[in-house]
Amino acid sequence: MRVYPAVYIRGLRRYSTYRAATIAGILTNSVFGCINAAVLIALFSVRPEINGYDMGDAVTQVFVCQALIATVAVMGPPLDLGERVRTGAVGVDLLRPVSLMGWWLAEDLGRATFSLVFRGTPTFLVGTVLFDLVLPKTLGHWALVLVSCALAAVIGFALRYLYELAGFWILDTRGIWAIVGMLGPVAAGMLLPLALYPPAVSGVLRALPWASTIQIPAEILLGKESLPGGSIAGGLALQAGWALGLLLLGAWITSVATRKVVVQGG
Amino acid sequence: MTSTHTPETVIEAVGLGRDFVLSEGPLFRRRRRTVSAVRDIDLTVRSGEIVGYLGPNGAGKSSTMKMLTGILTPTTGHLRVLGVEPSRERTRLAARIGVVFGQRTTLWWDLPLRDSLELTRHMYRVPAADHARRLAELTELLELGPFLGTPVRQLSLGQRMRGDLTAALLHGPRLLVLDEPTIGLDVVSKSTIREFLLRANAEEGTTILLTTHDLGDVERLCHRVVVIDKGSMAYDGDLAGLRATVPVPRVLVVDLTAPAPALHVEGARCVRVEGPRQWLELADNPTAVIGRVAAEHEIADLTVQEPDIEGVVASLYRGAAAGEPSPSPSPSPS
Ligand SMILES: Nc1ncnc2c1ncn2[C@@H]1O[C@H](COP(=O)(O)OP(=O)(O)OP(=O)(O)O)[C@@H](O)[C@H]1O
Ligand SMILES: [Mg+2]
Repeated sequence: MRVYPAVYIRGLRRYSTYRAATIAGILTNSVFGCINAAVLIALFSVRPEINGYDMGDAVTQVFVCQALIATVAVMGPPLDLGERVRTGAVGVDLLRPVSLMGWWLAEDLGRATFSLVFRGTPTFLVGTVLFDLVLPKTLGHWALVLVSCALAAVIGFALRYLYELAGFWILDTRGIWAIVGMLGPVAAGMLLPLALYPPAVSGVLRALPWASTIQIPAEILLGKESLPGGSIAGGLALQAGWALGLLLLGAWITSVATRKVVVQGG
Repeated sequence: MTSTHTPETVIEAVGLGRDFVLSEGPLFRRRRRTVSAVRDIDLTVRSGEIVGYLGPNGAGKSSTMKMLTGILTPTTGHLRVLGVEPSRERTRLAARIGVVFGQRTTLWWDLPLRDSLELTRHMYRVPAADHARRLAELTELLELGPFLGTPVRQLSLGQRMRGDLTAALLHGPRLLVLDEPTIGLDVVSKSTIREFLLRANAEEGTTILLTTHDLGDVERLCHRVVVIDKGSMAYDGDLAGLRATVPVPRVLVVDLTAPAPALHVEGARCVRVEGPRQWLELADNPTAVIGRVAAEHEIADLTVQEPDIEGVVASLYRGAAAGEPSPSPSPSPS
């Protein structure tokens, strides 16, 4: 099946045309990274350690987060699928002899790849130049970080795909985005590293899929003991579990939606 | 490829129907109402046919097309397309049919047309050589050359439609389902598309089912027409038969040398006056009527208009059997 690679390339190419937006994105992410880092530096100069995190860990996570925000798209942009369901254009997508979810996954991973390479990486480099980040020491460790980012992108896709599928029943998914657009970033460890919350709260947040989009990749990069099983392997296993579980759920809901629900428009 | 033995069945629908449940009214006093968009349609289409599926707005044409292509599940009835049940095996069926919904595009909006067409090769797993040959053929027939490299969002409607048709045909489907394929196109584009469809049908035996509001499409393309109204089938047969079902009078158009009030002549009824030109619906034979008009007025010119299919279908929609006069002859679309 060479159709999915072709769609993936298309996603990549499509986003590569938005050059000004990419540069503006790097700038925004870097500025927000610096502001968040400054706040956390102030906090950690009062209390050098909170729940196993020190200043270096926290500032590093800030830049992991800024580097991944656009890639995992926890705060958006929504998939075009939502709009296509609302207008009935999804009918055309369903007339293709390919899986609906496979198609959108391939296209979104194209987008995510572009964003990780051309927006996330430069943002993270800005962080390493301006701050003293905690970085992996071996190439192998870096490779695991990359795997973790890839899984985070898949989870980010699967979550948004599920939000948009809801459109088959409620037609307008902006309400869903209003809720998950608030909750997602908190649960992902984007607002603050989850380690900084009281253990009871962070325990709950860690159990949710959003944590696997930012918090877990950050801890994998930092090599934290707080990962499931206390190891990087445990963290990757958790991410893989979420990725698989959410995709299966997505595939199942797709088949229910397309069989029971009406494609809009004449 | 039409063979000598009985052509096989491509579409088989028995008692096909689809209801929609509508919720209406204010949020807390919603009421549910069921509307039947399609009811009790029996339709058999055989290999190599070109069938026009006609009906007024809201008749249920698009709903039928959606059921045939598997994106809408029928509420009642039995449906087989190319031997499979569309809604159960949508993806499998999709690989064997070509579909164009004229109002929508399958093409990638912000990439060159060429890229979308290239993708269909992977999507339908067409061997590269076959793909190249068919693409070259279609490019020539539909005159795609000048805009193959243009992003789809910059194409005109007619160019985009030709691109969509190409995308639907590149994998050599046995059945082509077209929902308003000529909507919004100019005369030249319409005729390109019509000639092209005729050729696909004649040379490859492609079965075509199309809906349209353009009766020029019907007259040029369809051996057979199916008319539905309010979801139910009103007619199924050839064009001549349709004309015979609903007799629409011929119309005599006379140009007098000077404007005059509406003529009153035996065997005709004046339906329209425009300056010196008058339209007379004929009940009697034309020569007699012309004689009577000439007796009283000086005639500069005259023509007799045969009923066109548009008038026939319009009468059928309105249940013309009730004896309502046909609409005034429509001025030719400009
Ligand atoms: N998603 C839907 N929900 C509710 N009712 C619908 C839906 N889609 C179509 N209908 C209703 O079903 C009927 C048939 O619609 P359909 O789109 O099949 O008409 P059509 O023959 O294609 O008309 P047109 O010539 O305007 O395209 C209409 O009364 C329409 O209001
Ligand atoms: Mg329609």
